[in-house]
This record gives sequence, C-alpha cells and structure tokens, in this order.
Amino acid sequence: MASAAHTPARTLYEKIWDEHVVQDKGDGSCLIYIDRHLVHEVTSPQAFDGLRLNGRKPWSISANLAVADHNVPTTNRSSGITDPISRTQVEALESNCVESGITLFKMSDLRQGIVHVIGPEQGATLPGMTVVCGDSHTSTHGAFGALAFGIGTSEVEHVLATQCLIAKKTKTLRIVVRGRVGPGVTAKDIVLAIIGRIGTAGGNGYSIEFAGEAITALSMEGRMTVCNMAIEGGARAGLIAVDQTTIAYCKGRPFSPKGDHWDQAAAHWQTLHSDEGALFDKEVVLDAAEIQPQVTWGTSPEMVLPVSASVPDPAKVGDAVKRSGMEKALAYMGLQANQPIEQIRIDKVFIGSCTNSRIEDLRAAAVIVRGRTKAASVKLALVVPGSGLVKAQAEKEGLHTIFLNAGFEWREPGCSMCLAMNADRLEPGERCASTSNRNFEGRQGQGGRTHLVSPAMAAAAGIAGHFVDVRSFA
Amino acid sequence: MRAFTSVTAKVAPLDRPNVDTDAIIPKQYLKSIKRTGFGQYLFDSWRYLDPGELDVPVASRRPNPDFVLNQPAFRDAQILLSRENFGCGSSREHAVWALDDFGFRAVIASSFADIFYNNSFKTGFLPVALPAEVIESLFEELAATPGYQLTIDLPEQVVITPGGLRHRFDVDDFRKDCLVRGLDEIGLTLQAGDAIRAYEARRREEAPWLFTA
Repeated sequence: MASAAHTPARTLYEKIWDEHVVQDKGDGSCLIYIDRHLVHEVTSPQAFDGLRLNGRKPWSISANLAVADHNVPTTNRSSGITDPISRTQVEALESNCVESGITLFKMSDLRQGIVHVIGPEQGATLPGMTVVCGDSHTSTHGAFGALAFGIGTSEVEHVLATQCLIAKKTKTLRIVVRGRVGPGVTAKDIVLAIIGRIGTAGGNGYSIEFAGEAITALSMEGRMTVCNMAIEGGARAGLIAVDQTTIAYCKGRPFSPKGDHWDQAAAHWQTLHSDEGALFDKEVVLDAAEIQPQVTWGTSPEMVLPVSASVPDPAKVGDAVKRSGMEKALAYMGLQANQPIEQIRIDKVFIGSCTNSRIEDLRAAAVIVRGRTKAASVKLALVVPGSGLVKAQAEKEGLHTIFLNAGFEWREPGCSMCLAMNADRLEPGERCASTSNRNFEGRQGQGGRTHLVSPAMAAAAGIAGHFVDVRSFA
Repeated sequence: MRAFTSVTAKVAPLDRPNVDTDAIIPKQYLKSIKRTGFGQYLFDSWRYLDPGELDVPVASRRPNPDFVLNQPAFRDAQILLSRENFGCGSSREHAVWALDDFGFRAVIASSFADIFYNNSFKTGFLPVALPAEVIESLFEELAATPGYQLTIDLPEQVVITPGGLRHRFDVDDFRKDCLVRGLDEIGLTLQAGDAIRAYEARRREEAPWLFTA
C-alpha cells in the first residue's frame, strides 16, 4: 500500500484535474466534470438553440447561473434596452432561462453584474471547482483555487447537455513574484508586468499558477485581477493556491456551503495548493520590487512598459515580424517612437470591467480622485461598478459622491466600455486610459485607442489629462 | 458536424502575428443570436473603410481595396496563412463561424490561441500549426507564385506544397477522429451517461457541498 510519503507531489492544477476526470479517452483527452457553468447573453443563444434542435435538456439545472452583462446599458435602466438588437439578445437569454429553469439575475436585480464579478460575490465560485463560461475571462475564478477557463458556444452547449467537457491536460507554468510590491503598485501592474515578460502567447498550452509573496499578499479582489488576465498571457486558466484569505472570502455568501458542509468544504480546501516538490513544466520568476505602475502603448497587452518609460522605437528591433507588428501598432495608436509615456494625453477614462470593477478597485480610484477635478480636456470619465452589490457598497462608502464631484460619471453595472457592445464606446481616434484587459484594435470602439492601466493610474490620468506616475501624484 | 478530410485550395496571406478574435469578428456582430451570416463581417475593420453594424447592409459600405481578401486574386481562397498566436483574445466561436461562412476551410499559422484552436474543431474547421520557419517559407512561395495553392490532408496530417514538399502537423487523435468522421461530440458524451452519473454519485459522497443547490 502506498503511504503518503510515496504519493507523487502534485501541482494544484493536477489535484483539481484528477478530481474531475469522469473518463479517460486514452489519447490524453478526458471527459471532465464541470461543477459550475456561468452563462451570459452573447455566447449562449446558439447553444440553447442547439439543445432544442436535438431535443436535449440541461443535464444539471442547478449547476448553471446566468446573467446579462455584455449588452446592458449603464444609464437609464428604467427605460429598458433601447437598441433593438441588444434587447433581442438579452430577451433570448431570459426566455432560455425561463424555459430551462436556470437561475437568472435580471437587469433589475441588485445582484446583476459582470459574470466574473457576481460568480465569486455570490459564492457560486468555490475553491476546487471546475468553472466554465462562454467567455475567455473565466480565468478570473482561478483566484479561488478553482480550475476555470473560457469556452466557445459549442462547448457551452456541451456543458449544458452533459455537465462535462472533453479536454486535454494543459502543461503547467508557475510564475513566482518574489517579495512585495512598492506603494502605488497594484495587482494590475503585477499582471501587466508578467504579460510584458512572457508575451501574449507565452502561456499558450499552459495553465499558470501564480505564486510568491507578492501574490499571496493580495486580497481576493487583487488575485481576481491577476487571474483575469492569465488569458492575455495566452493561458486559458490562471490559478492561485487556497489560503485563509480565500476561505474567509467564501464564508457566508449566498451559494457558499453552510453548517457541516462548510466545515467539510473548508477542510478540503486547505489541501488545494501545489505540493512541496511538485514539478511544473516551466517556471518564471519576477521581483516584485522591480515592478512599477504599467501602461500599455500598443495593440496587444504584451506591448507594455513602466509609466516612466518612453514609447519604444521599432527601428531598434531586429526581428522583422516583430518590427512590423510594432510599426502597425504605433500607427494605429497614433504614437511616435521615443515619446515619453507621461506625455501621452487622453480623451476618456474607463474604470470598470471584469478586471477592475470590484470594491477595492473603486476605492483605489476614489483615493486619487478625492477633492480633485477631471481635466477639462478629458471628455468623459466613466466609473462602472462590476455589480449592483458593488455599486451599493460603494455608495454606502460615499465613493460615488467623490467621483461625481470630480466630474466622473457613476454608472450602472455591466461590461460597458471594456468591449463597447452597449452605447459606451470610444469614437475613432479617441484615446482612453482604461482599467480593462484588452487593447486590441477597435476593442473599445472602432478606431479607438486603448491604454491598459490600474484603477489608480486611470483615475490619475483623468485628473491630469495625461498619464502620470501615481506614486508621485500629489 | 461537417467532416474534414482533405482540401486543395488557394491560399490567402494575412501576414501579421496575434490576429485577435476582435479583429476576426468585431463585437457589434456578436449581438446576432444566429450561427450563420458572419462571413460578410469577417475582418470587418480591415476589410471596410467605413464602420459597420448588423443592421447596415454591407453592399452599401466601402471596401478597403488594400485588404487582401478584397483583392480579386484571393477572393476565392479557402486556406488562410498567418503568423503566431492566431485567434488570441475572446472565446467567441463567432470567429470560427465567420471564417467558415466566408469560405475558409482551414488556417495555417505558427501557433494558435488555445480557445480558438479548440473552437475550430467544433465547426469542422481545421487549424494547422507548423513551425515558424515553414510558415516563413510558405509566405515566400505564396508571394512568388500567383494562384498559390496548398493541399491539407488531415488523415495523413500533412500540408503538401505545389513543389511536393510534405509538412507534417500534429493533431490529437480524438479531435482528428471527430473531424474526419464529422461526429457529434455531445451525442458521444451522452453515450457515457452512466459514467457521468456514477461520477456524480461518488462526488456526492466526497464533496456533498457541491450538490446542495
């Protein structure tokens, strides 16, 4: 009989994977069980149609939780959704949920919000779970020591119909951020610095476990920010080991276990960390002390630099494909090589998205904004809380007044200008300091130019009218 | 699902790395609740000079003559050739649907983003990853050869050039089998229904807190 000493050391990823294998298909593919399926309006209608077409029903209704977030307006909720195409999509989600019995938080519900904010907030995301959603930022939920990843619509249908997915184990990459970050440096800066190091394809084929003192020192909100952007480093899943911070966050939430089940669950969750000596396929180490507030300058999240730097010069890059990519990015962004980042002037500010719309993010922005006024040259500064509950909490703390007094707008929860499927968007040529996750061409509106930053950095840019180092922003 | 065995077709070059899913199919078209009709919006921001919406007929818009798919030589291409990290970004399967609906059967690139790669197989669309130096040689041959065609043979797992060079590519056995035979994956999984129920019964004992709702 194998004693504990002979059990091979496993990574956190392997532990969760092993617990969820229903059937091994022999070629490395496995049928894996999905504990939680989060559903939103954009990637699900064709999946529900597919079920109907084949006369299939959801396998486990209670494993699903649905919310409309991508299309919803952030103003005038009382008049409903005026865009008829968006309205049709949200109504399709509602009728699909009514027909299947799946729980839906409607737009009028205080619990409505961005799917990756409400899952954890409700305790629908728990340690050790497999969590999927038809959205790439499902990696967010890995902050809880859950194996969470984005899927396409065909897989949404597969999960609805079978509660399983056919998947192959990924390779594992551990990213260790040693030491502590300095003041003014946030989870967002940590993850942007990581992507700057490994590149947007650096995590392709891997699940990333984030570790090290700088990571464990983060709140759950900060950990969610880091795991959220694992996908921008190419990894479908990001993971952080469970600790007391995780368990304390989960306690007492509506979907969290209660009574004896809580005790059992919490005991199991304590085991959700990589074993001493577990082998990763790859390891990357960063020093937290070297991480400065980050600003992206291009059209891929890997095109990122410290705020103190200057826009890079493609002429100094040897690799032809890379050079041409940089030239295209600078042309699209309307930037000159060697221009100091602090001299880049902005037109709009967006504080929100599944990356940075939680209470801690709003507090960090409010600290900067308090008692100041938005620069006259900044046309719009939007603050979009991640959920109705985040909004209510912020209002209880008076944060909305701080933003409103500074000339920032205080909106209703949703994805908003992160991807501009609703009315919130950039016009061609407009430049935005954004706390979202993608600076792709056209992401925030056709011709719009996105610079990814932390909430504090976005707030400071809104006040100054250009990027500034939040650490010296007095 | 439509089966894929082999295709011999004209190749269109999209010579840039990190072609993201926002570029393949911009967000405004994701409001459609259908699975079809996305081909007309493929690479929308590069392909047209004016902005588009679902309710604006594309016939009324101004095509960008410089964009590769607007050039007569590439309009009937069924294979797209690109660079590393193709399909990065959002999980939108609409990106695959748009490529497929336009008439593409396959993309050849030096690497793919994981979700896009996964989604492709569900639509009978083949992502082929080849080493960067092979990709470079294909771009060079394509530039030098009007009407350049390639053959992709999935059962043999090779890309065959006009000169007869055979470049082998990797694909998982299960995915390949599903694609070659056009199998319905959900139907296959439902055949394992007893195994799923047995797993659930075991988990109810091991982790009862997951089954309280």
